[in-house]
Amino acid sequence: MIGRHKHCIALEDFSREEILEVIDLAVSMKEVLQRPIKKVPSLRGKMVVNLFFEASTRTRSSFETAAKILSADALNWTSSSSSVTKGETLVDTAKNLEAMRPDVLVIRHSAGGAPRLVAEHVGCSVVSAGDGAHEHPSQGLLDCFTLREKLGTLEGKTVAIVGDVSHSRVARSDLHAFPKLGAKVRLCGPPTMMPAGVERLGATVHTDLKEAVDGADAVIMLRIQHERIGDPLIPGTREYSKVWGLNAKKAADWLKPSCVILHPGPINRGVELSPEVADGPRSVILDQVQNGVAVRMAILYLLAGGAGEEARA
Amino acid sequence: MSDVLFIEGGRVIDPASGVDGVRTVVIRDGKVAEVAERVERPRDARAVDARNRWVTPGFVDLHVHLREPGQEYKETVATGARAAVAGGFTAVCAMPNTKPVNDCAAVTELVLARAAAAGLARVYPVGAISKGSNGEELAEYGELKASGCVALSDDGRPVMSSALMRRALEYARAFGLPLTVHEEDLHLVGKGVMHEGAAATRLGLKGIPSQAEDVMVLRDIALVELTGGRLHVAHVSTAGAVRAIREAKRRGLPVTGEVTPHHLALSDEDVAASGYSTDFKMNPPLRAAEDVRACREGLADGTLDAIATDHAPHSAVEKDVEFDAAANGIVGLETAFSVCLGLVREGALTERRLVEALTAGPARVFGLPGGTLARGAAADVAVLDPAAEWTLDPARLQSKGRNTPWKGRRLAGRCTHTIVGGRIVHEEGKADR
Repeated sequence: MIGRHKHCIALEDFSREEILEVIDLAVSMKEVLQRPIKKVPSLRGKMVVNLFFEASTRTRSSFETAAKILSADALNWTSSSSSVTKGETLVDTAKNLEAMRPDVLVIRHSAGGAPRLVAEHVGCSVVSAGDGAHEHPSQGLLDCFTLREKLGTLEGKTVAIVGDVSHSRVARSDLHAFPKLGAKVRLCGPPTMMPAGVERLGATVHTDLKEAVDGADAVIMLRIQHERIGDPLIPGTREYSKVWGLNAKKAADWLKPSCVILHPGPINRGVELSPEVADGPRSVILDQVQNGVAVRMAILYLLAGGAGEEARA
Repeated sequence: MSDVLFIEGGRVIDPASGVDGVRTVVIRDGKVAEVAERVERPRDARAVDARNRWVTPGFVDLHVHLREPGQEYKETVATGARAAVAGGFTAVCAMPNTKPVNDCAAVTELVLARAAAAGLARVYPVGAISKGSNGEELAEYGELKASGCVALSDDGRPVMSSALMRRALEYARAFGLPLTVHEEDLHLVGKGVMHEGAAATRLGLKGIPSQAEDVMVLRDIALVELTGGRLHVAHVSTAGAVRAIREAKRRGLPVTGEVTPHHLALSDEDVAASGYSTDFKMNPPLRAAEDVRACREGLADGTLDAIATDHAPHSAVEKDVEFDAAANGIVGLETAFSVCLGLVREGALTERRLVEALTAGPARVFGLPGGTLARGAAADVAVLDPAAEWTLDPARLQSKGRNTPWKGRRLAGRCTHTIVGGRIVHEEGKADR
């Protein structure tokens, strides 16, 4: 359990304390990751099934690694097509997998709400690894963890999220989580990529990048998905990178010296981030990847009911 | 010896004849013989005790999907008609988006034959605007009219071609048929699955702006000016559409509108609160609070002429899936009165206007008989208990569809008797015939 929750589906439903429970535990999990022998027996005999209906390398590998370090067995089930075209419904697929008696079902799906639908039909814990444009809660939690690690605290900080917010589940999870830890959120991007009513979720909305990043403690650059071009949300990547991309000059001129840069990956080099910025000293992108494993270890540990306290040691 | 039925002691509400008071309705040979304060009942005449009940004309629904032919696993004409009378509806207009589409006499005749065999509600078929409802060629309106269609619609789809819509409005004039239109600009809809707004943003679902409806309503009002055709806007859901229809009426154009109980009672925030329940997915989608308010005002002030259910039964196959993948629509015949009575209790609607919008209002829109208890009218009557409280158990619905957002909810107001042509076809607590 994470606080009151048997599942990890939406940070909208998580309280400040529940978020802190995960990222506090992730600190210990990160220590395990630094050891020469990266294995603890906490989830021995437990099974984690990764059910991925959308292509993913990083998130699936991250969950798989997290499960293995905790000694859980991890099974990967990948389905390239949607349930409708495949003939088997999502609920049937989930019930079939549940019959194999997993402890945690990690699901990624292109439809918002799919993990919740699965959770209504299975007895085990369900972790969303991203559902449509809804939420990506483990990414939101690893962003919280990374920001706290780099900034000391989120209290009183300002975070700018830049890019295609309308299609971003990362932005939504961040937007639900950061204010609960005391940070202000600014959203920035072309107006065509700002979802309706998003200002009612507690963020300020900007079209001007300079204004959005001015004085910010962290900037999260979102990936521009190539299929959005001609959607017709933007005319192309050329103008996008000029207006909303971050290059070394803009970073030097506009960001305050301590500002860090995050990106949920994978990066489109030269579109939202220039290579100098992606690889530069402000970038904490690879820390995010490592922290992602630690945070997912914490999520799996809490939901699968890890045995004893050894993992915390 | 003539067949006589007395409905005694109820509060008769018949807006069409201006009656609202305790009366006895006398039915003889399938027709309303008399509505009077005091009338002697012969000892052998049958009677319905309607004390503490409302007695109204049978409800008329301009918009139902009966799924037959082609999707009998969802509903049949007979099960749909049974659901209708269980909800107080004595007449329903069956939309043509069956399989095959009702674009010819053969399908119209089949629907009418099934309805006659069921012998419950009157069923008025609606024919297609275009062949196969594919939006390309006009269907044969003369044949549709002759075989029994009362209106034309490609419901489920908009007529995207302005040129075809223009010709349809013109051509239908020859046969006096109104067009009842499903208004949405598919380009603006895109892959949207719910109303565009903060709720959709939170759920991460693709939105459909209200303007997708508004621009089509405005286009078609302009085409009415061009053609003199008769336009009825189905399931109005937006403030913009209500405004446009109000303005068109003010200018004397032959434009009418209907609204569903769910668009009057629920908003996009209910989709969010339901946690992606597909019982809250319909087209048009549940709109923003300001749209709901505008629809209520439109119904109250007469801009919208009728309450129509858009009864759309689906099976679990279409509904127990991801929200994105789920079919649009909910069943509505058996909850319409209760849900709308809730609006009366909230002060959004008067009792008289509620009854009018379920009876005389819709009958006028398509020029149907019924909707009144005037002497000589066919004896189509609903007897309603406005005080009855009940919990909606989907397994007890007469419809085959279980897809309703009011599952497990407490509702007030229930139909106790439904009479079609002088015959009691529904009596609460008794198996329907």
